[in-house]
Amino acid sequence: MWMEIGTVDEIPKLGARVVQSTGGDIAVFRTATDEIFALFDRCPHKGGALSQGIVHGKAVACPMHNWNIDLVTGEVQGPDNGCSRTVPVSVNGGVIRMQMPDVKATGTHG
Amino acid sequence: MKQKLIIIGNGMAGMRTVEEILSRDADAYDITVFGTEPRENYNRIMLSPVLSGEKKFEDIIINTREWYAENGITLHAGDAVTAINADAKTVTAESGLTLSYDKLLLATGSDPFIIPVPGVNLPGVVTFRDLDDVNRMLEAAKFGGSAVVIGGGLLGLEAAVGLKANGMEVTVVHLMDTLMERQLDEAAGYLLASELEGRGLTVLTGANTQSILGDGKVGGLQLSDGTTIAADLVVMAVGIKPNVALAKDIGLDVGRGVVVNDLMQTSNPDIFAVGECVEHRGSTYGLVAPLYEMGRVLAGHLTGQDDVVYQGSVTSTKLKVTGVDVFSAGDFSGGEGTEDIVFRDASRGVYKRIVIRDDKIDGAVLYGDAKDGAWYFQLMKNGADITELRDTIVFGQAYAGGTHVDPSAAVAALADDAEICGCNGVSKSDIVNAITENGLTSLEGVKAHTKASASCGGCSGLVEQLLAVTLGDAYEVQTVKPMCGCTQHSHDDVRRLIMAKSMTSIPEVMQELEWTTPDGCSSCRPALNYYLLCAWPETYTDDNQSRFINERVHANIQKDGTFSVVPRMWGGMTSANELRAIADVVDKFAIPAVKVTGGQRLDLFGVQKKALPAVWADLNAAGMVSGHAYGKSLRTVKTCAGEQWCRFGTQDAIEMGIKLEKMTWGSWTPHKFKMAVSGCPRNCAEATIKDFGVVAVDSGYELHVGGNGGIEVRVTDYLCTVHSDAEVLEYAGAYMQLYREEARYLERTAPWVARVGLAHIKAHIVEDGEKCKALYERFLLSQTALQEDPWADRASGVKDAHEFSPLKIVA
Repeated sequence: MWMEIGTVDEIPKLGARVVQSTGGDIAVFRTATDEIFALFDRCPHKGGALSQGIVHGKAVACPMHNWNIDLVTGEVQGPDNGCSRTVPVSVNGGVIRMQMPDVKATGTHG
Repeated sequence: MKQKLIIIGNGMAGMRTVEEILSRDADAYDITVFGTEPRENYNRIMLSPVLSGEKKFEDIIINTREWYAENGITLHAGDAVTAINADAKTVTAESGLTLSYDKLLLATGSDPFIIPVPGVNLPGVVTFRDLDDVNRMLEAAKFGGSAVVIGGGLLGLEAAVGLKANGMEVTVVHLMDTLMERQLDEAAGYLLASELEGRGLTVLTGANTQSILGDGKVGGLQLSDGTTIAADLVVMAVGIKPNVALAKDIGLDVGRGVVVNDLMQTSNPDIFAVGECVEHRGSTYGLVAPLYEMGRVLAGHLTGQDDVVYQGSVTSTKLKVTGVDVFSAGDFSGGEGTEDIVFRDASRGVYKRIVIRDDKIDGAVLYGDAKDGAWYFQLMKNGADITELRDTIVFGQAYAGGTHVDPSAAVAALADDAEICGCNGVSKSDIVNAITENGLTSLEGVKAHTKASASCGGCSGLVEQLLAVTLGDAYEVQTVKPMCGCTQHSHDDVRRLIMAKSMTSIPEVMQELEWTTPDGCSSCRPALNYYLLCAWPETYTDDNQSRFINERVHANIQKDGTFSVVPRMWGGMTSANELRAIADVVDKFAIPAVKVTGGQRLDLFGVQKKALPAVWADLNAAGMVSGHAYGKSLRTVKTCAGEQWCRFGTQDAIEMGIKLEKMTWGSWTPHKFKMAVSGCPRNCAEATIKDFGVVAVDSGYELHVGGNGGIEVRVTDYLCTVHSDAEVLEYAGAYMQLYREEARYLERTAPWVARVGLAHIKAHIVEDGEKCKALYERFLLSQTALQEDPWADRASGVKDAHEFSPLKIVA
């Protein structure tokens, strides 16, 4: 199910906001070039809130132990392994829509 | 009674002579120095890096005012000598001061040569000789615009590159067809011109300046072929002429310079001369090595300790432009009886030419790869027969014996008397002996003990290789470590360039310094944000998205995603009112845990992020502000009971701690910063493992710096003892500011103090009242902009409201 969740302007550039859902928190990121990505708000390492991390390029650094997560794939960059589940989003006229995930899905895998 | 020695000239030649005299016989003379410039003695060769922003003036001071005082030397800086009376043996200065001498030393240096064209007196025409000139250029460069440098020699090119680094459009106008024609041949000059053009400079050779244009101030330049070039600044760097005015006035023999014999004695037996003002055996010199040789000879003679004579110097040249490797020595004009060995590698931009006469090196020009310069120079000075080396000589020393290309092999193979530092005449054996006798392990150590690499710095690489050869595996080559994967620049370079180029935002730094990533990473962005904030406290707009979450939302994130909140308790003091308010907040927001921290305050654990503004509002209402327990900033000032309560207390530790905390709270630092004040030497506040510790004694306060109680415990170093509360505040502020300005991001004071050395800290805080005061003032200025409670405007919802609410709640 696709759902309007807000506008691009409501998220700071190189920042993130959270969408609270019954399946868990989803972090919605905005890059320097205004691209929008969404991931379950759990780092595959120790479950840190990715929405609280520093966004750079198309990645976010987890605030807990500085693992870097690729916003496009959800994969951990560099020497570590793991993956955060991505959530499909689309932007049209500044309005962000998100495909709400299946409630039973878990935040991380891999 | 001691003989009176007066030195006219506080420059490199005169003061080196004084140093040489002191090292031979410190009691030989009663020494007085007159200098035209109103400042201490500095390394004039290094003005180019000061102009380009790679160094600061303090970095190039050779002898501080304290040094003069300690050695009993009277310095009249900014008071030029205007007349000598050789019969009465007196000198008279501008101020009217007249002093008598037994021996007089002329070290008046040289003046820039001004070409006599119309318009030379217009404002905006400058020379490149002293610090005032550099300041004038930097002032002009602030407004951008364009500059013309007349003269494509060493000095002119260094000025041109420096101005370009300051953001000006620069054209070099050179009369001859080849840049640096006295040091380079045509081929190397061409490579140099292409390199400079590649860096965005315009180079015009064979260009004769006809007049400087402008109405009331410089507007441009006209060449003899009619070309005009617009310019807001014209730098005249066409050469120097010995300053012989005083010598002429009293009838000394003067040619191009003041004529001296092999003992540096002028035609008046009690008057001597050294440096650029001198003419010796028909030659004058403008490089530093010959000046230092003259100083050694004269000092030996004046102290009667040795009777060496000066026989003239063979010189070599290096251009001090970062990234341009140029070396030349001897005669490379070629001609009859000489043979050339030439090596070219166009793709690497390398050119080497060795000129040989009668199987000996007559001259050498190296461009693009000058590391073998010292070797060729030594072979040339020794007049060595190179017949056997001839086939491979152009490939450099490493190949000369047919051995492997090990960069240090060349240095290992050098003879003991081979000169490594041309500026200061330091040989290989001098350096190796200094390393082994003093257990030196760093370039800085060698510099301090031998002066090698202390002048132009061109031989630093060779000195490092000597360290490697001498110490073997014990020596780790200290390469510059980049800040992070996004850049080649080190932390220190980035900070220096931020100041030099007046860069004011993170995107500007990344653009100008060619970051390899579009917007950095979680390592460099917080560092850049801090460096910019520290550089421009009054105008910089803090970039919240470049701050770590704790600093972004002014609370500490915990492993479960909740936050902890620590209100400030000044000097560890609290009250019933504050405790009641805290207890109410704990109840109201169902905060699960309250803990007393190691820094004498209370930590409220398990606060939901969305509740933070409301928690802060209640704490604010009771008069409490953020404790910055989450920041790379001033944390706590821990105190003991002090003399108010404790029977052992000697000073009021609590009151002192509160004053310190009130002054320093809110300041951002490279890493967290903790203080403590103990009321007596029993030191119950554990001040000697803090970043800045104060221990009260009967007579005042002992100040301690650089302690740490973390992973690697480090006890503080004792800085000094002061007597008043005001001094504690001044020294604390100055020390914090020095740390703020010099330490690398995420470097605690403990490793910083260990790295730069206590002597460095003392030199800024204790030994130089003016520096200390200036640091303190910069700290206070920064505080006027930074000292605000970050909780207040967030509690009221004015700031960063998006941080504390979800974008959407989907049921």
